[in-house]
Amino acid sequence: MANVAEITPDELPSRRRWLQPHRAIMIAVAVGLVLFAAFTMRWDWIEDYWRLAIEGMWRTIWILVVTCILGFMFAIPLGLVQVTGPRYLAIPARAFCTVIRGTPLLLQLWLLYYGLGSLFPQFPWIRGSDLWPYLRQAWPYAVLSLTISFAAYEGEVMRGAFAGVPRGQLESARAFGMSRWKIFRRIWLPQAIHRALPTLAGETVLQLKATPLVATITVIDIFAVASRVRQETFIVYEPLLILALIYLAITGVIVFAFRKLESRIPSRLG
Amino acid sequence: MALQPPGWGGNLLYGLLNSVIIAVGAFGFGLIIGVGGAYGKLYGGPVIRDLLEVYTTIVRAIPELVLILLLYFAGTDLINRALDAFGYEPIDINGLVAGIWVLAFVQGAYSTEVIRGAILAIPQGQIEAARAYGMSPGMLLRRITIPAMLPFAIPGLANLWLIATKDTALLAIVGFNELTQQTRTAAGATKAYFTFFMAAGVLYLLLSLFSNVIIGRIERWARRGMPAAGGAG
Repeated sequence: MANVAEITPDELPSRRRWLQPHRAIMIAVAVGLVLFAAFTMRWDWIEDYWRLAIEGMWRTIWILVVTCILGFMFAIPLGLVQVTGPRYLAIPARAFCTVIRGTPLLLQLWLLYYGLGSLFPQFPWIRGSDLWPYLRQAWPYAVLSLTISFAAYEGEVMRGAFAGVPRGQLESARAFGMSRWKIFRRIWLPQAIHRALPTLAGETVLQLKATPLVATITVIDIFAVASRVRQETFIVYEPLLILALIYLAITGVIVFAFRKLESRIPSRLG
Repeated sequence: MALQPPGWGGNLLYGLLNSVIIAVGAFGFGLIIGVGGAYGKLYGGPVIRDLLEVYTTIVRAIPELVLILLLYFAGTDLINRALDAFGYEPIDINGLVAGIWVLAFVQGAYSTEVIRGAILAIPQGQIEAARAYGMSPGMLLRRITIPAMLPFAIPGLANLWLIATKDTALLAIVGFNELTQQTRTAAGATKAYFTFFMAAGVLYLLLSLFSNVIIGRIERWARRGMPAAGGAG
């Protein structure tokens, strides 16, 4: 057993090291602020709106998950053709990434919703088609533009990840007599995804932060619920504070989930 | 699309100018916050370090749109309350100034992280050598730290600049007269939604492509005298 006198601050148990006096004071201040907010601000509106808020939160998460999965599926071919593809595929893929990344998402969303939305009704065959009930709603445009945006940003990440897989691994796979498809499926793609994972967590958080934009085209997500509370009750700060807390919580969940995922994959890069 | 008043081209260009002004201001002030924040995080006391950690974590986790609304309402409200407490008339905050400060607050958090990483990437020996020469902290910052960290920081800062130009579009929701807001007004008045949104998209794209050229030049200038590192570029 170590002599007590010899224990330096570095050897203290990690919990005690974390909870230094100034941190305790900061936590106390934070708790005080929360209590102050809880008792002096108005929270009576929650009773009327919590059902709507749950629905909005669900919609935010739904849009986030759907657009991330769809966008990632687009990103794989986008990244791949930029690394190995023929020029007639690589150049359009590059142009797509540049254009989408060079213009604001809000503008793309409004272009799709107001622009396409105002063009479609002019064509009778679109109005008569089975898709029309969907095209009249707002959420397909929201999902489409968020998917495109995620695909463009993630395509750029995947391009780097595909290019970063060491050549030797691909060569040895070829030496084993694997077919091109098998090499891609068994070696190249898993290695690339592994390399892209840390950035993927960040991109997913960025995607979460992009979701409130859909509220501007009348999709009722959690942000839209907060705006509605503000407009109907003239309470400004309280809904925004709750909103910030909800986004913080979702971000925390995303970061935590990706960290779990990363730790499950054995990492020995290089 | 004509430039003269019956057409809306002039309005779009005016909006673009406003967007650029906001982006430049936000990026500049964000950079100042970033240098201060990075220094605080690296060399500050435990309290400053923890406070900065809270700042960067919160700002980077909450959507810009929510922050913009929160800061915009809270900021103007607080200033007016303060004026009221000192017996002045409440003032109407200039939209441009408010937009710049709100975006600068957001940019500051990101550039803190970028600059902190860049400072950590400087070989420690260079800073030690400067200290051994007896340079004061200010001179150390001016002559060694900033020039030596620039090559590491510029790719990240370039991304931040592009984000700043695009984030100005978010201010349209609060009602600033920047490019996206002007576009929506023009499109609503003429019903030619597709044309105007496409035109605005082209303007934003030109701005990014032009920025990319300038950034490339700056990067080459910052890397002068350094061995060409493979892959960077």
